[in-house]
Amino acid sequence: MSGTGYQGKKNIPHLTSERLLIKGGRVVNDDQSQYADIYVEDGIIKQVGENLIVPGGVKVIEANGCLVIPGGIDVNTCLHKPYLGTPPVDDFYQGTKAALAGGTTMIIDHVTPQPGESLLEAFEKWQEVADKKSCCDYSLHVDIPHWHEGVKEELEQLVQEKGINSFQVYMAYKGLFQMPDSQLYEAFSFLKELGAVVLVHAENGDLIAQEQSKILGMGITGPEGHPLSRPEELEAEAVFRAITLGNRVNCPVYITKVMSKSAADTVATARKKGSVVFGEPITASLATDGSHYWSKNWAKAAAYVTSPPLSPDPMTPDHLHSLLSCGDLQVVGSGHCAYSTSQKAIGKDNFTLIPEGTNGVEERMGFVWDKAVAMGKMDENQFVAVTSTNAAKIFNLYPRKGRIAVGSDADIVIWDPDKIKTITAKAQQSALEYNIFEGMECHGGPVYVVSQGRIVFEEGKLQVQQGTGRFISRKPFPDVAYQRIKYRNKMMSKQGVSRGMYDGPVYDVPATPKYITPAPSAKTSPTTHQPPPIRNLHQSNFSLSGAQIDDNIPRRSGHRIVAPPGGRSNITSLG
Amino acid sequence: DQTMSYQGKKNIPKITSERLLIKGGRIVNDDQSFYADIYIEDGVIKQIGDNLIVPGGVKTIEADGKMVIPGGIDIHTHLQMPFRGTSTVDDFSQGTKAALAGGTTMIVDHVIPEPGSSLVEAFERWREWADEKACCDYSLHVDITHWNDSIKQEVLSLIKEKGVNSFQVYMAYKDLYQMSNSELYEIFTFLGEHGGIAQVHAENGEIIAEEQNRMLEMGITGPEGHVLSRPEELEAEAVFRAVTIGSQTNCPLYVTRVMSKSAADIISQARKKGNVVFGEPITASLGTDGTHYWSKNWAKAASFVTSPPLSPDPTTPDYLNTLLASGDLSVVGSAHCTFSVAQKAIGKDDFTQIPEGVNGAEERMSVIWDKAVVTGKMDENMFVAVTSTNAAKILNLYPRKGRIAVGSDSDLVIWDTDATRTITAKTHHSAAEYNVFEGMELRGAPMLVVCQGKIVLEDGNLHATAGTGRFIPCSPYPDFAYKRVKARKQLAILKAVPRGMYDGPVSEFSPMSRGGTPSASTRTSPTKAPARNFYQSGFTLSGPEEAPIRPAGRRIVVPPGGRSNITSLS
Repeated sequence: MSGTGYQGKKNIPHLTSERLLIKGGRVVNDDQSQYADIYVEDGIIKQVGENLIVPGGVKVIEANGCLVIPGGIDVNTCLHKPYLGTPPVDDFYQGTKAALAGGTTMIIDHVTPQPGESLLEAFEKWQEVADKKSCCDYSLHVDIPHWHEGVKEELEQLVQEKGINSFQVYMAYKGLFQMPDSQLYEAFSFLKELGAVVLVHAENGDLIAQEQSKILGMGITGPEGHPLSRPEELEAEAVFRAITLGNRVNCPVYITKVMSKSAADTVATARKKGSVVFGEPITASLATDGSHYWSKNWAKAAAYVTSPPLSPDPMTPDHLHSLLSCGDLQVVGSGHCAYSTSQKAIGKDNFTLIPEGTNGVEERMGFVWDKAVAMGKMDENQFVAVTSTNAAKIFNLYPRKGRIAVGSDADIVIWDPDKIKTITAKAQQSALEYNIFEGMECHGGPVYVVSQGRIVFEEGKLQVQQGTGRFISRKPFPDVAYQRIKYRNKMMSKQGVSRGMYDGPVYDVPATPKYITPAPSAKTSPTTHQPPPIRNLHQSNFSLSGAQIDDNIPRRSGHRIVAPPGGRSNITSLG
Repeated sequence: DQTMSYQGKKNIPKITSERLLIKGGRIVNDDQSFYADIYIEDGVIKQIGDNLIVPGGVKTIEADGKMVIPGGIDIHTHLQMPFRGTSTVDDFSQGTKAALAGGTTMIVDHVIPEPGSSLVEAFERWREWADEKACCDYSLHVDITHWNDSIKQEVLSLIKEKGVNSFQVYMAYKDLYQMSNSELYEIFTFLGEHGGIAQVHAENGEIIAEEQNRMLEMGITGPEGHVLSRPEELEAEAVFRAVTIGSQTNCPLYVTRVMSKSAADIISQARKKGNVVFGEPITASLGTDGTHYWSKNWAKAASFVTSPPLSPDPTTPDYLNTLLASGDLSVVGSAHCTFSVAQKAIGKDDFTQIPEGVNGAEERMSVIWDKAVVTGKMDENMFVAVTSTNAAKILNLYPRKGRIAVGSDSDLVIWDTDATRTITAKTHHSAAEYNVFEGMELRGAPMLVVCQGKIVLEDGNLHATAGTGRFIPCSPYPDFAYKRVKARKQLAILKAVPRGMYDGPVSEFSPMSRGGTPSASTRTSPTKAPARNFYQSGFTLSGPEEAPIRPAGRRIVVPPGGRSNITSLS
């Protein structure tokens, strides 16, 4: 079997197909761990088991009892998102290098079109750049900066032809990306029909704008103004609202960057009530906190600026790890978006101009191990789930990605739980001159990383090649999100009550009401121009006596009621 | 002393002062119960105790060990409310009569100015109507139906000169009354600074509008569409948002009409986190549920239409009564707003046109007694708190109202815990042809009601006089809400971090670039882009450089010796 494969295929672009045998490791998936060897060929896992029969001359990796896990999937990177015309310092090359060095073998990057820009064009631009530079497989989320009719066609095309199944909307960035609730409702409704996962940047942008001007008005211009103007309850509020919208529309909602305890709790509570919602904490919110915004070193303080901000509450990382361990939060992204200190310094006199983003793509898996597994909160299977498998399931990559099984892509990491590393900007793959985790000690790390069947990281050394990363297209309607949605759709079709026509008296509404009570405006009901009762057309307001001086005085009740003969009696008692 | 005042004062306008002695009752306040007699003169409680020395010829009421409680305060009514050329069927006379018949001796009505019109003028109009007709004391809330600088001034004068300390804003009724988050933020900030209470009608109007469209498109036009388009999570969502804004602006928040379990839960949680927030369930949400929207009788179904709607979950009333008993919800209003069936029928072909409102002023106190006290959830002191005392505290009327104590207004009720009555539209005091509590048997009812020192209900007979009700001004900064708010204000002062100027390199950037990243729009930030950019034009002799992809590190303005100190940030 494997012999023929070995002879046959050699025509995969970019790839120097390697045949690999990983021996003596404990294969850890999200559901179980087992001791087994793995045989890899043509970038695919061909065999998993003991005493495998493999062709001669195969390269053998001795795992020595280390964990053999599916390569990590980082669902949230921004490797090409420009800020005021300047790109981040980690592009697809630099960024995926860092990812691989940390045990991540696939990233999903955010395409961030500007309001007014074509989503399709932006997507193609991203794809072109990533194809040229990426060192590992990648996929793309597309952000919707602005909701309008024209966007629908593009979304359809992206889902049906381009292999995109996830789109981000913003509840913050007023006057730029922010959508009001009614647009969110429409966007959710439309995306749900397409079978997409709605990613939400959840912060209340209206209130942030108010707080920002208040805080600038108080003379606070430094990075501490960032968390002060974006307190965590604004995050929790938006998460709550997004979930409400998701429930109403019956659409899966994915909260990107869960940064605070209260936002995480809101997600957890909603899941207990049955909402189809996923929460993504990021490396930074899991490993550090927002106390650094008050650092006297401006550059250091600014390095932490990201939105939603890191919580100043130092207990936050611990809490988020607990929720991640019990399954209330599902996926860890990095939110990696690297701007150099000089780029950050664009906002040196005004915190609202500091480009937002923190590093974390390289450190992501290490810190989940260090702070959750090594602490006894999480087992190794759940570690695989939150760093890889869940992401693959939610974004419909499973089991091609996120699992070690025959037929899956050979993205494999040999993980050493005992490896100890001290994080420092000097030794990192990122092009940044800082690292927000500087000086932190991290237990657990990759010894070998296999991406597309090739060893790309070995004994601390990277052997990567630009442009080897493939775009992985994703189909809509991922089961993990949409199975429940489909059943609920069937349940939710509502029916009106069939009752006889009301034939009692009807108050005759004047054509131009002087006083209006809380009643939905005409705009909200499709019967826009509610025709006045028919008899009104016959009873003209015009009379020979002309306008009455009391025309503008509200009539007493009981007046002007059209009582049909014998109409009243049957409605006095309604019991 | 007693005889002096007995001889002296007789010049209180409108009121024929009565001298009353209530003997042998158990006085129940929100904090304690005790047996004592009460002597009343000139509409004020003059003495409380045993063996009181009172003038001769005083009318004596034998309470026979029954409860004597402070008269109820119905903190939420819509009497004589204008609506599309007509008004609610219960005017201030009819409505306050119903209130008195149920043991409520004071109401607080909502002034609803038309969007675009003057708040003060609307307030004066309501005053006129109420002064002419009210049979019991009243105060007014003013609803803020639009927001701008001149409204700000009006709110200020209402607070400072007119005796209004509570203002309602709407998160629903899109394109009519609905306020945006930014407006809510500004209003809350303003009210928080001037000692007002921010009341909110909490429902997400944006989503309601979408859901209404959807229902009508599906062909659902009957009253069930009302509740289907306003599911309870839209109420909970808005409550959550209102709590957030209240906490950001440090303004006391009052949620009117808590109709669902999830909305009530949000309030409980917020209170546990320390937010200054009060929740007001209403008679209807405590006494009945939203299953009736599916009634085959259109008129019956329509009579339940109110917003937020009654929850179709039949366990809701029980749940709300429990939270009321535990103190998580604070006060009970009636939101009494009655339309005739003919008026409701304006929406016979489109549920969005049904005028909203239910009855409940008369039934309010009995519903709570029956559902909370008789069931053992709540004690009699808490009963007094939620029907009267807490409202008085929130509105800064305490202890003049809401307490039986020397010096307090003599609004009191002898409550008969054994009385049972069956609610029906045939015998109620409202002018509505229906009653949403029709057929319910309620235990507990007023036996005797004293309002402004006069007996207005005795042996089931009402002796109320239109126009005797006085406007009771509410002063700002009620302690109940503001003591905490004031303390927090001291703590909330933010300070900038004193740090040296950043003197490292600064990237060049194009402020007009379409490649902007999420950052606050210029509207939100008073300071514009750094000035240096105006001198360094993007134009070069070699022509425009390709903008998007530029290797990192280029175009950086490195000052002499700039980089070294920022590589390591630890």
